[in-house]
Amino acid sequence: MATPARTTASTTRTPLLEMRGISKRFGAVQALTDIQFDVCAEEVVALVGDNGAGKSTLIKTISGIYRPDAGTVRWAGREVTVHSPNDAAALGIATVYQDLALCDNLDVVSNLFLGHELTALGMHGPFGIIDETTMERKAVEVLRRLSVKIPSVRIPIASLSGGQRQSVAVARSVLGDNKVVLLDEPTAALGVAQTREVLELIKRLREQGIGVVLISHNLADVFDVADRITVLRLGRWVGTYDAKSVTREQLVGFMTGAISGNATAADAAAATPPAPVEVLGEAPGAAPGAAPGEAKEPS
Amino acid sequence: MSSTLEHDPRVVEERAGLSGVLSEYGRRLRQGEIGQLPVVVGLIVIGTIFQVASHGVFLNPFNLVNLTLQMAAGGTISVGIVLVLLLGEIDLSAGVVSGMCAAVMAVLTTQKGLPAAPAIGLSLAAGLAVGALHGVWITRFGIPSFVVTLAGLIAWQGGLLLVLGKTGTINLRDPLITALAGTFLKGPLAFGCAAVFLLYVAVGPLITRAQRQKAGLTVPPLAFVAVRAVAISACVIAAVLVLDADRGISSGLLFLVGAVIVMDFVLRRMRFGRMVYAIGGNAEAARRAGIPVQRVRAIVFMLASMFAAWGGILGASRLLAVNQSAGQGDVLLNAIAAAVIGGTSLFGGRGSVWAALLGIMVIQSISNGMDLLSLSSSIKFMITGGVLLSTVTIDAVLRRSRTSPTR
Repeated sequence: MATPARTTASTTRTPLLEMRGISKRFGAVQALTDIQFDVCAEEVVALVGDNGAGKSTLIKTISGIYRPDAGTVRWAGREVTVHSPNDAAALGIATVYQDLALCDNLDVVSNLFLGHELTALGMHGPFGIIDETTMERKAVEVLRRLSVKIPSVRIPIASLSGGQRQSVAVARSVLGDNKVVLLDEPTAALGVAQTREVLELIKRLREQGIGVVLISHNLADVFDVADRITVLRLGRWVGTYDAKSVTREQLVGFMTGAISGNATAADAAAATPPAPVEVLGEAPGAAPGAAPGEAKEPS
Repeated sequence: MSSTLEHDPRVVEERAGLSGVLSEYGRRLRQGEIGQLPVVVGLIVIGTIFQVASHGVFLNPFNLVNLTLQMAAGGTISVGIVLVLLLGEIDLSAGVVSGMCAAVMAVLTTQKGLPAAPAIGLSLAAGLAVGALHGVWITRFGIPSFVVTLAGLIAWQGGLLLVLGKTGTINLRDPLITALAGTFLKGPLAFGCAAVFLLYVAVGPLITRAQRQKAGLTVPPLAFVAVRAVAISACVIAAVLVLDADRGISSGLLFLVGAVIVMDFVLRRMRFGRMVYAIGGNAEAARRAGIPVQRVRAIVFMLASMFAAWGGILGASRLLAVNQSAGQGDVLLNAIAAAVIGGTSLFGGRGSVWAALLGIMVIQSISNGMDLLSLSSSIKFMITGGVLLSTVTIDAVLRRSRTSPTR
């Protein structure tokens, strides 16, 4: 079995978001070292790695919460600086965090437009009058486009299922004309049917031309939707692989360090563990290659 | 393109017509979406009991007009309490702030020789300043509002004594101040006010429904909206007829209802109100959505103290005096109880400003009814406490069916 070639960006297109040589250090912890990452329009890039690999730090760097110590960020080929969440939002990068940040007491429409309500009569500011009908029309439109199924757009978030909430949170990120959407473990807390719902939603985001960055521990989900897979390990970039040319076992090898990312085909064959490797679930420390002094990344 | 969502097979189709309306209403009740129903039922029960016990005195026009006079001050303070409760905060200083600001107005007019209008303005400004101090303290230093306003409760009591100085009681004779709560509207004027009120409460939803229909959105059955509009109109017209049989609609009641309508509009229709509900529901989500959480909090505390001041002014206008115990005793507790009885959650994000109006109606009805029966204060306090506890219990039990299984 040949080790798939590492790819940087897809060769034919300019990536929407391109990060080169990103490093980030917190005190004594070098959380990210020389990370290469990119995402094009209309593709899903999965970001995988064991706990402490630096996935969350990278996501927070992309979304402007952390400022990288070194490296360059390009947006549509142009070098940019992303120093705050507002910078990221202005570029068109939206992040859906695990805790979703929805208001349970408000209905779906209010949550979709929270902080960006449309106002009637051209009155903006806090005392602008909310244009409920236009908001609801747009909400229904975006939910239809993404085929999100909810009983009504006027029921409070509290009465929706986990998958439906996730869908609403994702739909909110699309509503603002964002080009890149970062999803942090969107299926972590969901059942089988709801996970399917969310994965379908991710595919539809791609169809809409959006670049999706998916963080997931679940390799089945990753293989289901991702076009390319970026592997991080202990804050370093192992490689980015075409999802079609990499196997689950190899991916696990990359994540655990059993296979070095720079390995040749022959090395990989030799280094592949003989026994079938268990899929990484939520078991940190079970990774055979984990360094003893592995630092927990601050979150 | 139709604007309805793709249908989830689990969603129950609503039946059309009146039977559909009734079954839908039944479902809402069973699932805990009860709205103002417990309060309305409570008012009917209280009214019936006192009407029988007082041999028909409770519901006669003279007593009902008195009831509206008694409601104005507490209801206005309660409007401010609802605002802070929606944030998930509390304001324990509202009672004494109302007393202190009333004293400010009284001293300015009687001792400093200021005309009534600027004195009232300065009193409201004092309320805003007090609220700003609370708000800044709560947001800047991150101290819970319970503690900050508890300190306020003690400190502003001192403020009241300081403002009154050696004078224990100040009598108010200024015609404008005495007219604030003691003016009555009769005949065409009274019915004109009722018409404006109904335009907002009963006709408004019909207009909204028509707009939604025009935009191709789902609308509640016409029968549902119409039945509600007719029911509310009947109640309001009946109430105005009864009040008109005596002195008419008191200006105090008018001010209270006006404040409720203005704040209801701000809360439901303006972005500011949406921000308040969002912060009460999930402050972190609100912050991430770009809402200036701390600023909104501070503004709400300012509004709460301003409504307290206005309530204090209306109370002083009714009693024609301000004394050292103004705004103390059960003023604060009644205002909080009214908000909670009216259905405002203590945990933030749920409730409406109508709670202040309906809740104070319940509280004052009990107080008024027991005065008619000449019961002692001991029994009055215990029964008021019991009513508060039972409404909240009914609310909690009915709502549990909604919160436990997430549908």
